Amino acid sequence: MSARPHRWLLGGRHYSRAASLALAAPFLVLAFVTFLLPLGSLLHESLFLPTPTLAHYERAVTAPVYLRVMLRTLRIAAIVTVLALLLAWPLALVMARSTGLKLAILVASVLLPLWTSVLVRTYAWMVLLQKNGVINQMLMASGLVDEPLKLLYTETAVVIAMSHVLLPFMVLPIYSALRGIPDDYSRAAQMLGASEWATFREVIFPLSLPGVTSGCLMVFLLALGFFVTPALIGGPQQMMIATLVSQQVREMLDWSFAGALVGVMLAFVLLLALIFKRAVRLDRFVGSA
Amino acid sequence: MVQPVEVSSRSVGIGIRGIVKRFGSVTAVDGVSLTVEPGEFLALLGPSGSGKTTILMAIAGFEYPDEGQILVGGEDVTWTPPYQRNLGMVFQKYTLFPHMSVLENIAFPLKMRGVGRAEREERARTALATVRLDGFGERKPSQLSGGQQQRVAIARAIVYKPRVLLMDEPLSALDKNLREEMQIETKQLQREIGVTVVFVTHDQTEALTMADRVAVLDHGRLQQIGTPHELYEAPKSAFVAGFIGETNFWQGVARGAAAAGGSVSVELADGAVVEATAVDAVAARAKLRVAIRPERLSLTAPGQGLLTAHVQQEIYSGNATTLLLSTPSGQGLKLRLPAGGAMRGPAMGDLVGLRWAPQDARAFGSAT
Repeated sequence: MSARPHRWLLGGRHYSRAASLALAAPFLVLAFVTFLLPLGSLLHESLFLPTPTLAHYERAVTAPVYLRVMLRTLRIAAIVTVLALLLAWPLALVMARSTGLKLAILVASVLLPLWTSVLVRTYAWMVLLQKNGVINQMLMASGLVDEPLKLLYTETAVVIAMSHVLLPFMVLPIYSALRGIPDDYSRAAQMLGASEWATFREVIFPLSLPGVTSGCLMVFLLALGFFVTPALIGGPQQMMIATLVSQQVREMLDWSFAGALVGVMLAFVLLLALIFKRAVRLDRFVGSA
Repeated sequence: MVQPVEVSSRSVGIGIRGIVKRFGSVTAVDGVSLTVEPGEFLALLGPSGSGKTTILMAIAGFEYPDEGQILVGGEDVTWTPPYQRNLGMVFQKYTLFPHMSVLENIAFPLKMRGVGRAEREERARTALATVRLDGFGERKPSQLSGGQQQRVAIARAIVYKPRVLLMDEPLSALDKNLREEMQIETKQLQREIGVTVVFVTHDQTEALTMADRVAVLDHGRLQQIGTPHELYEAPKSAFVAGFIGETNFWQGVARGAAAAGGSVSVELADGAVVEATAVDAVAARAKLRVAIRPERLSLTAPGQGLLTAHVQQEIYSGNATTLLLSTPSGQGLKLRLPAGGAMRGPAMGDLVGLRWAPQDARAFGSAT
């Protein structure tokens, strides 16, 4: 046993550079070929075809119609984020305080929808919200309204459905953060004279903030680029940026302008990432905090 | 020199009256009553599952007893929520809030009591100095060592001058040397500020070192309460004799009746007869357990002592040598020789005689 033992996969805390590269290579190649390359070519198209120009970008940020779509996208993403946060925080708290069957049921009710196709969940909302849908039938039956309300193809409908679809991405990081707070902290706070509300305000809530920021960033970014739900549930008046890009590519065949729209959104997202660089640790999302 | 935080004028006693606490079918605390004097350091000592922590949690307000009463300073607090009891508590794990600085942690209880910012900070600094950590106020708890964190936890627990300080195995997470240092330091601090302390531990050495009085618990019942000296020298039950310090036990039968505290002759299984002191009154032919401390046995020539035994093993530990002995009937015994004795100890396999003073052998009824 004189040979120096291999520390290829087991043992050391850090892999050698070669080992790290080999392990990450399949993903890196995939990410390059399927993400960076097409994105780069699209951006290239927006800037250099047929000749180097900023005209597409100028059009994207000055034409009121496109500006409106972008602002609407930001507004909807922000509202969805706030709504998801309001729904997710109490739920995450209950989950963090539960064990056994209760926890299993709660986790399943968060994860099962996540494992269901977005399309299916979106159609479910269409069934609920349509003119003769469940909600309108209930409203009519209860006598609250005389005529069916227009629920589908409104911004409200888009916001409701997107909040639901994106909810798990808010619940999980907050749950993970809350779960990581030992019971001893709230006991200590109460012992030191903090009422239950003060314990929540001074200790539990601040300690859950890393989860809240991760969740908010996750939901906001996903909402910015969301396609299926706004495309199906929103009308033309509720068009969001992803739908607009798709329309430019598929109907107008204007790849250059689509590239410019993508470029503007990308710049915005990167700016956001820079601002939140310090505040947000994405590793919290996977619970390694 | 910084003035230590003063608590003494406000320290109060605790009364525990017939506390019963059941968890499902398990009775964790089974009718415990005891009194803690103002300014006293009382240790609740027992193995795990003895109910010591449950009693502490009932005093703190995290458990409500099924029966009985808890009085703090003569006031019934049995049903008062923890945050209204004005007690201090130091937990087993360091419970400093990670998102606050050391100073903010110590000022937290003052903030909860509506103390103004300037006074808060001043008092927190004084408390920090009391635990000898001046200058550490701006750090985050994660930047402190375990011992420092626990000292901050103590500062945080005394800064608001609580009536009583509760401690739940606060030193058990520290390594041995630091633990012994902190035992002495904590005891000193308690004397300086004069606060009443209830300290839970499963470590009998810790209890004997720190406490004015020790309450020994087992299976939810109070076995004995007394000074460390009383518990070691005059245990009232075989459990206490076995739990506090080391003890040799013999099984035997009383040759005659004896009053409590009287002398009794006990016939051991192998026919040998030993003299012991009866802890309770015993009837003739009653089954007894005789307990004797290893250091109370002394050596004599074979055949001259009260008992004869073989030396099985010799364990040298610097300040003492422990001999593992075996009597002819196979009973194992420990005998401790202090270091520095002029006499050369016996070698393995030697036959030795054993002597002891009758008052050092304590006979307990077998039921206990």
